[in-house]
Amino acid sequence: MTSITEKRAPRTHHDKRKTRGTIQRREHLTGWLFVGPFGVVFLAFLIAPLGYALYLSLFQKKLIGGTSFVLFDNYVKAFTDPSFLSGAWFVIRFALVAIPVQIGVALAMALILDAVTSLFTRFSRLMIFLPYAIPTVIGAVMWGFLYSKSFGPLTDVFGFFGATAPDFLSNNLIFYGLLNIVTWQWAGYYMIILYAALQGIDPTLYEAARMDGAGRWQVARRIKIPLIAPALILILVFSLIGTLQFFNEPQILRYLAAGTIGSDFTPNMYAYQQAFGLANFNYGSAISFALGGVVFICVYAFLFFTRKRRSFL
Amino acid sequence: MSESASASAGHRRAQRHLPLQILLGFLVIYFLVPFWWVVVNSSKDAPGLFGGGNTLWFADQVDYLGNLRQLFTYDGGIYLRWLLNSTLYALAGGIGATVLAVMAGYGFAKYRFAARRFSFAVVLGALMVPATALVIPTFIMFAQLGLTNTVWAVILPSLLNPFGVYLMHVYARDAVPDEILDAARADGAGEIRTFLQIALPLMRPAVVTVLLLSAVASWNNYFLPLAMLSDNRLFPVTVGLGLWQGVASGNNAGGTSLWSLIILGSLVSVIPLIIAFFSLQRHWRGGLSVGGLR
Repeated sequence: MTSITEKRAPRTHHDKRKTRGTIQRREHLTGWLFVGPFGVVFLAFLIAPLGYALYLSLFQKKLIGGTSFVLFDNYVKAFTDPSFLSGAWFVIRFALVAIPVQIGVALAMALILDAVTSLFTRFSRLMIFLPYAIPTVIGAVMWGFLYSKSFGPLTDVFGFFGATAPDFLSNNLIFYGLLNIVTWQWAGYYMIILYAALQGIDPTLYEAARMDGAGRWQVARRIKIPLIAPALILILVFSLIGTLQFFNEPQILRYLAAGTIGSDFTPNMYAYQQAFGLANFNYGSAISFALGGVVFICVYAFLFFTRKRRSFL
Repeated sequence: MSESASASAGHRRAQRHLPLQILLGFLVIYFLVPFWWVVVNSSKDAPGLFGGGNTLWFADQVDYLGNLRQLFTYDGGIYLRWLLNSTLYALAGGIGATVLAVMAGYGFAKYRFAARRFSFAVVLGALMVPATALVIPTFIMFAQLGLTNTVWAVILPSLLNPFGVYLMHVYARDAVPDEILDAARADGAGEIRTFLQIALPLMRPAVVTVLLLSAVASWNNYFLPLAMLSDNRLFPVTVGLGLWQGVASGNNAGGTSLWSLIILGSLVSVIPLIIAFFSLQRHWRGGLSVGGLR
């Protein structure tokens, strides 16, 4: 900014003042010109819907008496609704298990791929990343086949060892069935981000550490992981947001796992069911908003927690 | 992992690391099993599928062509339509979102305008908003405008990509030096020309990355089109296959022939994106590291 005005500033004091004002105004204008189109979309498809959802969630529609303003009644209803609470509890529990598993697997793979270079590791990197190119819906369909008793391989594989195949679509194991799907789907993507961050580290740091007698494991733990902490936190936040909004995979497996996955399995499924199944848009919006609140609190709690921890590093 | 790593600690050059490579081999098998199952089983007809043969190997009859013909002619060729719809949504949503994100990211990084910090903070805050929480109110807004059940209902909301803006901001800030822009301006280039001819080429890796990420997000989208569309001729392939799966699971007897279509349909639907990713690999890998490094 200053460099622009200085270079162009004419000699006389009077002129200088005037030109600086024009240039500043022009910079404001061009800046907004670049940001403006995105701003319009942002207002139309983020701010407006959010405001509208908030507005809708403050009303109730009844058969008798029509729509009436009820303030926070829908939220009181949501936070005492066993369907919403059980769904919210499920996604929180699922996030607590699935995120460490996905990121642990991704980090381990990234460290291996960073440490070992061969034709095979280059091939592996691509293959591990492959599931990211698969829509989550198709991923869930594929794993649904593999879990299926009628044409999945589990019966054969376990039968070969004389054991009965686990039914990942049953009430007891659906948690692990879904855990496996999301790990398969996302670990490769997280691995690529972590791998890219690892490749960005200055190799002379390893050289110095090795001089000091650090082994490979120590280099990984003391240098590599702390240096890619920002990438790890970014991934954690994204996977947290994604997991709390869990929808696609359970929605697809619903058809195969009838009786195990109900329409209120996750908060998002419940909101969808309320809005589009029962045309109860007011309550559906309240659930979406309540879920948004849960996401916000979880993300901020997490960021607060990591900020504190990072100051110790 | 720790043992093998410390065992080789003394050696300086990267050597075989056999245990690690074997571990990696198992992981690769795990990640490829669903693909293998789909490739094998899309060659089978309904009896081959349900006949109780080996589920991880080909049946006696390998009939890809017959199945493909069935897939693309079933219900008046609806599957091809779904593929084309997905392509349209991915390209329109992806390119549109990228253009907006590149301009906005560059604007945030290179101009000091009023309310810049505040606006950027709002965009960052938007990263936390669950995208699906927007679908219900957007649906009602579009319903009032008569836009539901049209392609616009899927394309317009896909233009929003706050993460793309963040990524472009970080990249533009670091990869486009102010001095070059000033030099261009001093030579008499306008702001638009400076952006198109000087800044844009420097930002190319990030642009490709944002394009791929937005196109993939649109291609993968399920919740939005599921909510917005009721005419199955407008469905993207994700919603279409989900529909078929529901039908096939619903009626056990009549659904058997549909299952082989779903299996082959899943295989065909993933091929375009895999090709796109691998052919553009060189371009997006550099851009992906940006978001994580700060």
